[in-house]
This record gives sequence, structure tokens and C-alpha cells, in this order.
Amino acid sequence: MEEIGNAFLIAFDLLRSRDAALMEIVQLSLWVSIIAVAISCIIGFFIGAALSVYRFPGRKVIVVVINALMGLPPVVLGLIVYLLLSRSGPLGVLGLLYTPTAMIIAQILLITPLVSALCLQVLEEFNREYDEFFRSLRLTSLAKIKTLLWEARFGLLTVGLAGFGRAISEVGAVMIVGGNINHATRIMTTAIALETSKGTLALALALGIILIIFSIAVNAAVMALRSSSKVQVHA
Amino acid sequence: MKMILFYRLALTMSLVVFANVVMLAAALAQPVTIIVQSTTSTQNSGLFDFILPKFTAQTGITVNVVAVGTGQALKNGRNGDGDVLLVHAKSAEEQFIKRGFGVKRFDVMYNDFVIIGPKNDPAKLGGTVGILAALAKIVQSKSPFISRGDDSGTNKKELQLWQKAKINIVEKGGSWYRESGSGMGATLNIAAGMSAYTMSDRATWLAFKNKAGLKILSEGDPLLFNQYGVMLINPSKHPHVNEKEGQIFIDWLTGKEGQSAIAAYKLEGKQLFFPNAGR
Repeated sequence: MEEIGNAFLIAFDLLRSRDAALMEIVQLSLWVSIIAVAISCIIGFFIGAALSVYRFPGRKVIVVVINALMGLPPVVLGLIVYLLLSRSGPLGVLGLLYTPTAMIIAQILLITPLVSALCLQVLEEFNREYDEFFRSLRLTSLAKIKTLLWEARFGLLTVGLAGFGRAISEVGAVMIVGGNINHATRIMTTAIALETSKGTLALALALGIILIIFSIAVNAAVMALRSSSKVQVHA
Repeated sequence: MKMILFYRLALTMSLVVFANVVMLAAALAQPVTIIVQSTTSTQNSGLFDFILPKFTAQTGITVNVVAVGTGQALKNGRNGDGDVLLVHAKSAEEQFIKRGFGVKRFDVMYNDFVIIGPKNDPAKLGGTVGILAALAKIVQSKSPFISRGDDSGTNKKELQLWQKAKINIVEKGGSWYRESGSGMGATLNIAAGMSAYTMSDRATWLAFKNKAGLKILSEGDPLLFNQYGVMLINPSKHPHVNEKEGQIFIDWLTGKEGQSAIAAYKLEGKQLFFPNAGR
């Protein structure tokens, strides 16, 4: 099991030398996941807020479905996106299969249910807390949504990070729709899968360590942003 | 006021994001890129990393390789998801051409399959050359055997060999016969972990770095021949296929330069693929 020790050495070497191939893969990983999370948050926050403010028949069904979709296996989702984007599929003319865009689409579909469901949960609490206040002001639903999203912004930041966590660690879906093409659609997780299948286990593990390091960096950056703006709010 | 700022920020961010998506898509939509659907053996062995830069340097055409099992590569090709196929299952390839999904099939190169097993060799294969005899020994001793079970070229070949050995693997295959449902490398990892036998193409085996307690225990039977073929996906079925660039790649691969590039690829002094395009 000298692989584990070696993995740390390799990870350190790769990071110190700023290995070009590694940097390319890391960049694409971060880009794909960050874009996917940003778009998912725009969609998911809207869905979550709408579900917390509006009451309509079938609302409970939608909530159940969204909660269930959180558990959708990424491979199944990858397969669905493949069938849609395949040249023989309904969106084949766009020629998006095996591009980063296809990977972003798959990740958006994967994490939007998660972001929506968690957003709903965060807003529900605020909604209960602000209920009388809203009534007294006779706010429109749209104004309520705006207020809720603003007041819950720190909680929603954590929701976004949860989405980022699922996106950056995902491998099944992006492997199918991205194709793990060198210099085009290879990201950290698919590179790890490839190195494992080549039997270069120490390098695969090293890539895993690096993935975690970058993941920590993103989380720390968001948290720092959050605490600095919190200070401003209270000042 | 803050709220307005927040939404303005959100709007700007989403615009930036959108612009990036468009840029990423545009960057990949260059006309001089072709997609080759190929097998894990050609990628895991490092062959593509060795020969493709030479091809790109000569022609300016970038080759994007999607490495999956031969069965899946043929299916993706049938759907038109790619320009060229480079796989290893001759009869399935000929079927593919016959049904009009591909234009014409060319031989490219060959190597052979080998039986890998644990060094202590519980089935006592010990250098048995006849593959059918070797398989019979594995069945007799009920030693664990990992099949790819993924409709890949290697899997198709393995199933053919059981059939040739007149062993009904569906009936006889008890708990000792396992299907990994994964690529060659992943299957070798499993075999290493379970001290099991498996069948691998020689290139993947030679390039494989986690050999642990495994070694080649049977090789050399002519039945273990492994032929690779290349073909253009039919542009009359899928008009978006980059016919010109795809054909340039096929001509290069089967021509003098490609063939000598394939022959020149060595790992630890051993040649992994032997060019045999018939021209």
C-alpha cells in the first residue's frame, strides 16, 4: 500500500511544478462546475422561492418530485442527456455532444433539484418568521420572493456550495456526455477514473487529493466572502 | 438599495456565465477537429498519445478520442456520434458496414490476447499454449475468472472462445465466473484484487501499472489473434460527419506514415501493436 504515501508526493510534485496538463484539467473542472452551479442557482432559487411563497394545487407533488430527483443516479442522467444530444437525438443538430457545454447541461440537470429543494427548506423558515411582517405590509408575492431571497442570502450561499460539491465530484454523467477527451472534455474526476483503469493508482489518488484541495479553496473563498459581507451588514 | 445591487450583480454574473458557455462551445466547434470512437485498449496503452501528435503535426487536424468498449463505440457510431471508428471486433464491424452505418472497413494493426492469472496459478495453466485447453483447466479447477461482460471487443472474443471450447458458460459459470461490466484496466484491477484469471489484450496488459500478483499464464495460440479495423461513419446517413478530414485520418493510419508510427510505439522495449493494413 505504498500508493497512499506516493500519492501525496506525486500530488505535491504536480502542484509545485504547475504541471500544464494538470492545470488544464483543473481549470476545465472548475469552469464546468462553477458555470453549472451558477445557472442551477438562478433556476433553483427561483423554483425554491416560488414553491415557498405560492400555494397552488399540485404543489406538494412537485415538492416530492424535486426531493426524489435529488437521488437520481448521475449515470442515468448522463444517459438521458446523451440520448438528447446524440446526433440521432432530438437536439443532435446542435452538435453539443462531447463538448464542455454538454457536461454543463448534465450538471445543471443534476444539481438543480438539489439546489431547489434546499432553497425551499431555507426559505420556508424565513417565510414562517416573516409571515406577520409580510401580512402587515400586504406585500405582493413577487415582493415576498425578493425579500426572502435577500434575507436568506447567506443560507443560500451554503446551498450553492452543496450544489458545487455534487457537481465537482460527479463522474458518471460527464464521462458519458463529455467522453473524457484529452485537451477537450477531460476533467479531474474522469482523469481519476482513467488513471485508475490504467493501474496508475498513486497518480489517480494524487489527482483526488488535488481535487479536494481545490474544492477546499473554493469553499473557503465563498465562506470568506460571506463573513466579510456579514461584518458589513452588522456594521 | 442593496437589493438592487444584489440583483444587478446576479444579472451581470449570469451574463458573464452565458458568454462563457458560448465561448466554450465556439472554441470546440473548429472544423478541423474529428471525433474518433475507439476502444479502451488503444487509449490505455498510450498508443494514441504517441501517434496522434504526429498526425496533427502533419495535417493540422485535431483528433478527439472517445474511448469506450467496442460494443458501445459501434452503438455511438450508429447514432452518428463521431466521424471515425477504430475498434477490434471484425465480425461486428463487418455487420456495421453491411447495415450501411459505415463506409468501408480497413485493417489497421493487430496484436494478441493473453490469459492473465495469479502467480501461484491454482488452475495450473503454467504456459499452456492451447487456449481451449487453458479455458477447460480454469473450468475444471473452478478458479475465479473475471469476464469483461460489457460487449467490448475483448468480451466478444472471450465468449467466442468459450463457445469454441464447447463450454456453456451460462450453465457452467458458477460463482467462479464473474462479469465486471467494466473496461480492461478496471477488470485487471479486480483480477489483481481477487487473485483471479482474466483475458486481456496484450497492449493494455503491458501498459498496466498495477500488475500486483498477476502474470501471463497462457499465450501464443493463433486463436488469440486480435485485429483492429478502422472505418468512416457513413456521411449519407449522418450528413454532419467530417468526411474529408475523417478520410484523411484513415488514409494516414493505413498509409506508410501511420503504419510506421504504430510500429514505432514501444513500451519497455516491447512493440504493442503490429501494423498490417493491406496496402
